[in-house]
Amino acid sequence: MTDSYYNPKDLRKFKDIKEFEPKLAEKFFDWYGEVFKAGALSEKEKALIALGVAHAIQCPYCIDAYTEESMKKGATETMMMEAVHVSGAITGGATMIHGLQMMNKAKKISM
Amino acid sequence: MLEKKSLKSLKGSGHKLSQIKNQIEILEGGLFQNELSTFSDQLKSSVQYPLKPLALSVMQINLGYICNQVCKHCHVDAGPDRKEIMSKEHLEKCLEVLKSNSIDTVDLTGGAPEMNPNFRWFVMEASRIGVKKIIVRSNLTIILANKKYYDLPDFFKKFGIHLISSLPFYEKKKTDAQRGEGVFKKSIAALLKLNAVGYGKADSGLVLDLVYNPAGAFLPARQEELEKEFKQKLKSDFNIEFNQLLSITNLPISRFLDYLLVSDNYESYMEKLVDAYNPAAIDNLMCRNTISIDWDGYMYDCDFNQMLAMKVDAPSSQHIDGFDRTELANREIRVNQHCYGCTAGSGSSCRGSLV
Repeated sequence: MTDSYYNPKDLRKFKDIKEFEPKLAEKFFDWYGEVFKAGALSEKEKALIALGVAHAIQCPYCIDAYTEESMKKGATETMMMEAVHVSGAITGGATMIHGLQMMNKAKKISM
Repeated sequence: MLEKKSLKSLKGSGHKLSQIKNQIEILEGGLFQNELSTFSDQLKSSVQYPLKPLALSVMQINLGYICNQVCKHCHVDAGPDRKEIMSKEHLEKCLEVLKSNSIDTVDLTGGAPEMNPNFRWFVMEASRIGVKKIIVRSNLTIILANKKYYDLPDFFKKFGIHLISSLPFYEKKKTDAQRGEGVFKKSIAALLKLNAVGYGKADSGLVLDLVYNPAGAFLPARQEELEKEFKQKLKSDFNIEFNQLLSITNLPISRFLDYLLVSDNYESYMEKLVDAYNPAAIDNLMCRNTISIDWDGYMYDCDFNQMLAMKVDAPSSQHIDGFDRTELANREIRVNQHCYGCTAGSGSSCRGSLV
């Protein structure tokens, strides 16, 4: 056992989650594979969305995986950083819009 | 991050990887001692061992290791300081073998093949004896390197040469990081000159393919998607046209191996190659229909085996002087862990993806 919560070597073992529950894992990986195939969005666009989400949910495995995937699909450094900014703007915006909830509550209980 | 690169080859700087045995030791040791399957074992599990050649249709000749560029990933370790160059005597022998064995494609590589003083003579002779397809792997910048090369586009056109040229990305930063400062600008200028004589233009019959290989320790994406993007960007930014984009995986040998080791990416890169092993690529591997010849006339299963000094497993037919088609057809193709580079994902060869 490693003494860290995250072990980079686990990324390569992702498929091992099927050890405890194979049927659901199989369905998950089939769906996962389909999701990232080119459709109305290109594979590169999907990889960049995944990269942005990876930052929003702060998953180190996903950041590693989708930085590389984005580069494989031909994304530039600028594109990847723009995806991170989009992610930051949305997570920042999500915090800030709750400011209205705070204001509403504050106003309601104020004289 | 790719660091600023030296203008010397590994050989010229006396680097330990210039000793081939050190490269082999790395490829056969480490992870492959117990963690990862060797390439031979993978072939065995795919019931493809030993790997045997198919009908010989391509003679790939390395005209020499001299080059006007020193690319970071070069598997040949080519550069201006390399002196190995194929003699006219060996070239004559190659022509004889091409003719007497009806091999219909000759693929000229280097270094910069145009820097061999007998390059143009050889192309003329190959054309004269009726070789159907002559491929030249041109690094593009050679066209602008010296006055004596300025007319190369017209020369290529005259002999209907199929050009295959490296352009690792459609932007300066990544291209220069891999191929040297200023290479992108010169490559664009050279591509415009080739377009001007008809290369890459629809219906001209003059084929200009570009080669993409990743500028770093990752595998290439599918060829079709990248090609679409390259075509769109090169057209909109520079008004450049080309035929196909060939996506090639970097093999872990020579200077790319050095990069992997120095940047601490070797183990994870080998894991990626092994994880991406695709047995469907085996049928189309270039070593199955190609023979690679080095500047000194020795023969190999491919250009990568040439760089690892792994001569063909055909004891009396290892040199072009003793070319024996039957013995070569019965040989076993020699493999090592670098071969994973050609079977990863969609596969990879000097002609791009395989599946």
